[in-house]
Amino acid sequence: MLEIKNLHARVAGKEILKGIDLTIQDGEIHAIMGTNGAGKSTLSNVIVGNPVYEVTEGSITFNGQDLLAMKTEERAHAGIFMSFQTPIEIPGVSMTNFMRAAVNARRQAQGKEPLKSTDFLKLMREKRQLVGIDQKLMNRSVNEGFSGGEKKRNEIFQMAMLEPSFCILDETDSGLDVDALRIVAEGFNKLRTAETSAMIITHYQRLLDYIKPHFVHVLIDGKIVKTEGPELAQKIENEGFDWIKAELS
Amino acid sequence: MKAEQQYIELYREAAETITQRSCPVMNAERDAAFGVFQQQGFPTQKVERYKYTDVAAAFAPNYGLSLGQLDIQPSRYIYSFKDSPINLAPYYNKIADGADSITALNTALAHEGLLIYVPRNEHPEAPIQIDNWLRGTAATMMHRRTLILLEEGSEATIVMNDKADHPSPHFLTTQVMEIVCKANVHLDIYEIEETTPLCSRFSNVYIQEGRDSVVKHNVITLQGGLSRNLCDVYLQGENAEVTLGGCAIGSRQQHIDNNTLIQHQVPRCQSNELYKYVLDDQAVGAFAGKILVEKDAQKTTSQETNANLCASSEARMYTQPMLEIYADDVKCNHGSTVGVLDQTALFYMLQRGIPEAEARTLLKNAFMGQVIDQIQYRPLRDRLYVKVEKRFRGEHEKCEDCRLCK
Amino acid sequence: MKKKNKEDEKTPSQQDQNAFVRSVAEKKYEFGFTTDVQTEIIDKGLNEEVIRLISAKKNEPQWLLQFRLEAYRYWLTQTQPSWAHVTLPEIDYQAISYYADPTAKSKGNDKQEIDPELMKTFDKLGIPLEERMALSGMAVDAVMDSVSVKTTFKEKLSEKGIIFCSISEAVQQYPDLVRQYLGSVVPYRDNYFAALNSAVFSDGSFVYIPKNTRCPMELSTYFRINARNTGQFERTLIVCDEGSYVSYLEGCTAPMRDENQLHAAIVEIVVMDNAEVKYSTVQNWYPGDSEGRGGVLNLVTKRGHLRGVNSKLSWTQVETGSAITWKYPSCVLSGDNSQAEFYSVAVTNNHQEADTGTKMIHLGKNTRSTIISKGISAGRSQNSYRGLVRIGKNADGARNYSSCDSLLLGSQCGAHTFPYMDVHNNTATVEHEATTSKINEDQLYYCNQRGISTEEAVGLIVNGYAKDVINKLPMEFAVEAQKLLSVSLEGTVG
Repeated sequence: MLEIKNLHARVAGKEILKGIDLTIQDGEIHAIMGTNGAGKSTLSNVIVGNPVYEVTEGSITFNGQDLLAMKTEERAHAGIFMSFQTPIEIPGVSMTNFMRAAVNARRQAQGKEPLKSTDFLKLMREKRQLVGIDQKLMNRSVNEGFSGGEKKRNEIFQMAMLEPSFCILDETDSGLDVDALRIVAEGFNKLRTAETSAMIITHYQRLLDYIKPHFVHVLIDGKIVKTEGPELAQKIENEGFDWIKAELS
Repeated sequence: MKAEQQYIELYREAAETITQRSCPVMNAERDAAFGVFQQQGFPTQKVERYKYTDVAAAFAPNYGLSLGQLDIQPSRYIYSFKDSPINLAPYYNKIADGADSITALNTALAHEGLLIYVPRNEHPEAPIQIDNWLRGTAATMMHRRTLILLEEGSEATIVMNDKADHPSPHFLTTQVMEIVCKANVHLDIYEIEETTPLCSRFSNVYIQEGRDSVVKHNVITLQGGLSRNLCDVYLQGENAEVTLGGCAIGSRQQHIDNNTLIQHQVPRCQSNELYKYVLDDQAVGAFAGKILVEKDAQKTTSQETNANLCASSEARMYTQPMLEIYADDVKCNHGSTVGVLDQTALFYMLQRGIPEAEARTLLKNAFMGQVIDQIQYRPLRDRLYVKVEKRFRGEHEKCEDCRLCK
Repeated sequence: MKKKNKEDEKTPSQQDQNAFVRSVAEKKYEFGFTTDVQTEIIDKGLNEEVIRLISAKKNEPQWLLQFRLEAYRYWLTQTQPSWAHVTLPEIDYQAISYYADPTAKSKGNDKQEIDPELMKTFDKLGIPLEERMALSGMAVDAVMDSVSVKTTFKEKLSEKGIIFCSISEAVQQYPDLVRQYLGSVVPYRDNYFAALNSAVFSDGSFVYIPKNTRCPMELSTYFRINARNTGQFERTLIVCDEGSYVSYLEGCTAPMRDENQLHAAIVEIVVMDNAEVKYSTVQNWYPGDSEGRGGVLNLVTKRGHLRGVNSKLSWTQVETGSAITWKYPSCVLSGDNSQAEFYSVAVTNNHQEADTGTKMIHLGKNTRSTIISKGISAGRSQNSYRGLVRIGKNADGARNYSSCDSLLLGSQCGAHTFPYMDVHNNTATVEHEATTSKINEDQLYYCNQRGISTEEAVGLIVNGYAKDVINKLPMEFAVEAQKLLSVSLEGTVG
């Protein structure tokens, strides 16, 4: 369970989040929608621990642990995974070495032995087939020379490798055509267990057609101003945000 | 002239012995070179090309002069000057810059020379490997002299290793290497330095290239004390191509200074440079690279890159990429960066659960990989990937792959 | 095989280009007239007596005379620097007159009355000194030879507490301010020419912007060398106090003379907390004739000290004139979060030689600097960028970006880049990139295909190339600079 209380955060001295309260139970999927600059990406970056963002007030706990006191990699070991909006290219670091380092660090945190090379490669192969990502990409540097769709699929592949219990999909649908979107969403659904919870940040209904949220929250100017069921997303798709703003004022 | 004085006295005392042990082609240049040294002394930091290294300080300790004999395993391509199959006089000390004080000192004090000679159209099958091993218990200096002559149409791969016993006393090495590549020559040459914090190296390499020749020179500094590598390239035949690469990993008080000059003297030549530094602790790095395009050298293309990472708050980097261009039909680019590891990439790796130290090592390794990738000779490239990674993990003190240890 | 004539091998567009380059080389200097006014010139030569005489003519206080004499004595111990990539001729410092006053005739009468000839001169240069005729929103200090002729809009500015006057006047009226800041950014020991200027400086402008004041108009100084065998040693001092803003412009011309004229100026700028200064120069000193005879030796030390937190300083220069340019407008970024910029276009033609660039010295935390330099070489000229970026030990998070491009027009000229980067802090990011190339044949061809002549196309392309810098100039100056660029490259633009 992820529990956010009265969260305030700023970036480059500017306050972006102005008091967020949000609880996500195991197995729940929450969609966060909102206009550009409302603070959606800030919220996800604060949860995973991007050092660029500064938390000024409030708390985040994850399964009872104080997330804000943990380093980024410790949060990852605890089971938090973010599918990045724009995954960075890391020239010179091969996908294989990168994944090996990540998987073994997680295992070490869990008190397990590092995977033997053959076992690791077997795991890579299994998960690759599961999300349908080309072997060729695995021989390249991390995200280097990947198309937009390949990058997003690579995020889902990494999620498969790391088996997180809480996932953030940060505008995973941006820059994807319909087919790529479906493949990524199906990959996510395949990987999800009954306990996996997720936060899905999106501008559009279409991703939510594939991944059904339990709750839809609307974030405006650093605050959650509306929370309803999945029908809210459809209404926003049709009517935009203006009516919500009108309700507020 | 304090530091110089002991060398002037040394020469006066030892010149006779050196001359006796040496050969006529070297002796012919000796006195004149000493004259240049005596007149100029060590270059001060006001001399533009020595701006970043205090030469006099490096030469100040009292070093014993090594007059040992070269241990050359008989080979078709490697000779001592004394056994040279060709007349060396037209080459020896002709390509080198006689006005450089270090070169002058080396010419005055070197008593033996190593010749690598590849006759016309020959392609040695195996790379030629030269190991320079510093061992002993007293502070010693060596003045190494090498001439590499590749006749028209020949090819060679040369690997030179500078190594030293750990721990070592103070060692000082000067090296002057003259490389003559005739038309249509392909040469790959690698210099790998893995010595100790008490070793100082002053290397001056001069490369002359003829028509259609292709030369790659890489200098890889993994361990050492003071490493000063000067490399001058004269592109004298059309369509000649040169690639200079450098990989410098500095920690503790290491001082690594690479200084290059590429002279485009004729049209249609190409030059590439890529030097990368990763500096930790109190290490100091310096890179100065000048591309000089002479008036008639039209259609020159040149690309120079120097990228550096300072990994600690006390590391320092000086960089100076220069272009001096007197022809108009040219494409010359240079770029230089000093910076920190890509913070976004670091964050991405942390989010995947990779511990920070490991993420940093992976990124440093990737940063250096770009230089190592350029190495043509596969077994060496693979070995260097491993060496570089071990260096970043601090596991480098022993050299497992060396035949001398066994 | 028959050897072809070299000229035959060239494409028509190359021949056009050669014709263009030749025509550039024959270009005349537009501002090369002299003004016939009665000018008081002191005898040639330099010694302590001359310095005392200059100081006395300007009725200076004792401390200033002392400052001059110390600088002079220091200068005597120094030698002319030779590290720049220019061939600076042997300068006979005794063959120059160090003070020339074209306003002397009207002195003693009414100081307000300016010789109509002088007014005409500045009119001809496009710098009207009548306030009613002035360019809107611009106040001008006009300096000819050693003396400020007139400063416009002084009264209007003083309503806001802004001081804008000649430095000679400032010495009389605001001696404390001048004494506090003079030499504080460029000490006389800084370099050979700075020492010389400190000893003999004549006139220049003084600007003081009080706290929390936005200067309502552009301030501008126009320098003109007129008299023969004189040197110009102007001195400008700008102090921008906390939370204030000023934009300052400098322009210069000189008549055509066969001998070299010496110009060794100092500009000092002090920027306090949250203040911002923009300094723009359009330098069009006489460059010498197409044979390389005559022309101004422009040996200038310009430096700004960003003392305050969040302070900003931007240098923009368009350098088209002078036989020799030796000039490095620099910034010392002491205040945390301070920001500095250097934008430069340097055009050299015929036998001109320019060695110009900047120094960015980062001392404060999170300081930022940007360097954009565009060199254009034509004729037989030599054009060098020389720059230093130094990141001090305590400059955490400092950033620099430098981009230095050179464009070569013709095969007889040279373009050189000498950047120095010294980084002493591991949290800093310094990036430098440079390219040197000739004008892009494909672009020329594309223009030709669209019916644009090669000459015109070169003009268009060069202008586009310089655009990043020109755009940084205040509007009135941008137009002027574009015109100058086209004059320097033979009317090919616009």
